[in-house]
Amino acid sequence: MGKTFAEKVLGKAAGESVSAGQVVIVEPHFCMSHDNAAPIWGTFKKIGVDKVWKPDHLVFILDHAIPAPTDKHAENHKQIREVVKEQGIRYFYDVTSKGGVCHQIMCEEGFALPGLVMVGSDSHTCTYGAFGAFSTGIGRSEMAATWATGQIWFRVPESMKITVKGKFNKGVSAKDLILKIAGDIKADGADYMSIEFHGPAIEEMSLAERMTLCNMGIEIGAKNAVCPPDQKVLDFIKPIAKTDEWEAMWADEDAVYAQELNYDLGDIEPCVAKPHTVDNYAPIGEVKGTPVHQAFLGSCTNARIEDLRLAADILKDKEVAVRTIVIPASWSVFRQAMKEGLIDVFLDAGCVITNPGCGPCMGNHEGILAPGETCISTANRNFKGRMGNKESNIYLASPMTVAASALKGEISDPREVL
Amino acid sequence: MENKVLRGKAWVFGDDIDTDLIYHNKYLAETDPRKMPQYSFEYLPGKENFAKEVKEGDFVVAGTNFGCGSSREHAVYCLKYAGVPVILAESFSRIYYRNAINNGYPVLFVKGLSQAIKDGKIKDGDDLEVDLEKGEIRDLTNGNSFHGDAVADLEMDIMKAGGLIEYLKEKAASK
Repeated sequence: MGKTFAEKVLGKAAGESVSAGQVVIVEPHFCMSHDNAAPIWGTFKKIGVDKVWKPDHLVFILDHAIPAPTDKHAENHKQIREVVKEQGIRYFYDVTSKGGVCHQIMCEEGFALPGLVMVGSDSHTCTYGAFGAFSTGIGRSEMAATWATGQIWFRVPESMKITVKGKFNKGVSAKDLILKIAGDIKADGADYMSIEFHGPAIEEMSLAERMTLCNMGIEIGAKNAVCPPDQKVLDFIKPIAKTDEWEAMWADEDAVYAQELNYDLGDIEPCVAKPHTVDNYAPIGEVKGTPVHQAFLGSCTNARIEDLRLAADILKDKEVAVRTIVIPASWSVFRQAMKEGLIDVFLDAGCVITNPGCGPCMGNHEGILAPGETCISTANRNFKGRMGNKESNIYLASPMTVAASALKGEISDPREVL
Repeated sequence: MENKVLRGKAWVFGDDIDTDLIYHNKYLAETDPRKMPQYSFEYLPGKENFAKEVKEGDFVVAGTNFGCGSSREHAVYCLKYAGVPVILAESFSRIYYRNAINNGYPVLFVKGLSQAIKDGKIKDGDDLEVDLEKGEIRDLTNGNSFHGDAVADLEMDIMKAGGLIEYLKEKAASK
């Protein structure tokens, strides 16, 4: 009987053959923390260990609230800088032009690598599956314990196989596919599971599109989500890999799955997740005309250069009707967007651009909503109050749908403006 | 972990109660767990009174996928330090479940609870009796009973130690 991706990678890490359901204790490779490295340090100190197990396995990336909007955030950032010095942490992305959203940095800087077991004290750590990594979000106590011991326990997950074929129609992208999947299987549809994306359409997809899919694995409950480490992945990671300990691994043909789903991209249409849950799916036709007060193009889900290009295509030589906040996922994305003239397109259209980081996604700053306001957003969560006000509404959508909606000041079908 | 039978009032919630509803982003910079209960469920309509009115020993009762969303441990601390002795839910999101275990905070998986909540078989303010060891849950207000499964294996060992940090310390001491 064949093995799933999760069984293979966790088995390799555990040094034995493992099957779904088994509990293993493994040494993870890179361990990512963002601004919450500060409270994790507080917990770490209580364990009674002086030094982290491997300073070069820890990666700190400030992104949740940068530059610090309050004195409490500033204090946390200051403490992280002190820990970096004291522990000799090599990989630290401070408030500098080398930084950005943590998950974007992990991928573009060569930390996200095939076959590695990776953890992060952030739920969207599952993003690195786009590069064939087994990566998953963990809590702060667990991260502190991992820093101290270099070990973490996992129950080997059951797996869900999602096979995708066909081609996107005009105006449709990976975000629409994952919102459709969420609508179909619901927010707990893949609870505890490892999601494997298979099929010719996944191979066709850019790494950016695969990141969007894997990023939202957590929104449907998954432990991790992963795409095959194909040539596209290998060509990307080889020149930048931060370690040579990676290995391209994939599920066996005869692996056993708890559930299998099939999608044809030709059937997917532009859509949104209505307030206040990710699985509140609606095809665009159903919500077209809903007034919006803010459009947000950003977050770890959809703010890569590919996403900005799609939005800029729609905004070029036009003007937005509502305030539109654009936050590139990293400074290198920002620079690339500048080179391609996209920043000019956004500015000419009336958008506001802020520094790369999480921005208003979780209601920290840079675009909090007022009571009664509605935002259309490329982010991954529309929980009630997520963007800072509990009397506001968030619709999740693709970069193209967000751009089209920004132009009209109401939810709009991108196919009508392309 | 205590074996005694617990008594308290039920605070009843639906399915997919996310971490933002349990403990909002706005207070994430707070690092002292004892200060977290004051913000519990502030963003959940109808439960804004929870933080003020919850009494030590009251139970949180929920449907499926409790704690979906973020990895924030605040969402565990804000209930633990409010004195809620155990969370009863049909299912938990993976990270929430791990955070609970790793903090030595008991959870019970109660089959059929989501539907029972929808059918009004267990309601806000009901008096509950919970035998943690046996997983027996009795609603004293209406006589309904439920069965919950505790965690097992390594998770139980971590729970018994009082959490992951304590578990690791014990392991280190016994070497």
